[in-house]
Amino acid sequence: MKRRECLAAIHTDLTDCAVVTIMGAVAAELHSLGHRPNFFYLQHAMGLAPSIGLGIALSQPQRKVVVLDGDGSLLMNLGGLTTLGRQAPGNLTHIVFDNASFVSIGGHPTPTSRGVDLAAVAVATGIPRAQAVTTLDEFATAARAAIASDELTCVVAKVEADVVTSFAMGLHLLENRFEFARSLQR
Amino acid sequence: MPPSPARAKILHDALSGADVDLVATLPETWLVPLLRALEADPGMRVVEVAKEDEAVGIAMGAHLAGARAAALMQNHGLFASLNAVLSGTMLYRVPLLLLISDRGHFGERDPWQTEGGRHTRPVLDAVGIVHDDLVHPDDAARKVADALTLAEASLSPVALLLTHRFLWEAPA
Repeated sequence: MKRRECLAAIHTDLTDCAVVTIMGAVAAELHSLGHRPNFFYLQHAMGLAPSIGLGIALSQPQRKVVVLDGDGSLLMNLGGLTTLGRQAPGNLTHIVFDNASFVSIGGHPTPTSRGVDLAAVAVATGIPRAQAVTTLDEFATAARAAIASDELTCVVAKVEADVVTSFAMGLHLLENRFEFARSLQR
Repeated sequence: MPPSPARAKILHDALSGADVDLVATLPETWLVPLLRALEADPGMRVVEVAKEDEAVGIAMGAHLAGARAAALMQNHGLFASLNAVLSGTMLYRVPLLLLISDRGHFGERDPWQTEGGRHTRPVLDAVGIVHDDLVHPDDAARKVADALTLAEASLSPVALLLTHRFLWEAPA
């Protein structure tokens, strides 16, 4: 399963969601599939995407929020899962692309390469629903169900360590930041 | 003598009066009375975190979503959060009210707090975070409001240091 295929499969489902994505390959691929004002690309501050998503989800309980995370980023803020589990906002979906590597720096392996189970960690922290998926069909079904549901859900997608040819997006991060905040005013 | 519930109430009132509706925080000794007061307030959402940089991210998300938020933590938590402050709120020009307990400074009695305490203000200065001390209870409402005003005008973090003199009514 490729990360880009996963993003393409749910791109339409993200139309009305506030989307917070990590930097690197996930940001570049989501952007290349079609940028929308409600997509926020966190280009640094690794680990913080779920925290930012939580702040949005708690402040706008009527809005669906989707965080696109990665194994490397999530491992930098594992404690944040306990905060998600404690608050458990039903309008938040946490999708983790787990390729067991820091693909954006050339593929250095992360701890998930030797079996660390992020879905099990999510369950253990009290997140109401968490599952790992390995096929595109499973992913699309799980991600859509998660977005549609009123229960905090974590979907860990076991994907290939695909590299991207360019991280350039032609969108200044401040332009993205102000456009995103405006999109949340509606 | 514990930290003062009366002073906590003054700060709680100042935050409510400034329309702060979300406080992301990691509990610590000097802040316990304030946390209790905030958590007893149905109009205030308190989000307790496992590590302080989460609080910076949560406050950042809340601002992007149109809420007024504050991050409440010990000075050592600020040290632990610096990348979130720099590469989150400062890089993205997001206003942030930082309420920082001034551990290891005047009035501190715990030896383990004192090394970090001598560096709070130099660290804030080094990364360009405008800061002020909250010392007198009469100043609380005005300083909280003014810090938020400046944060929102400058699209930057602003720190209010909660001193021992403010949080404790009598010497420890």
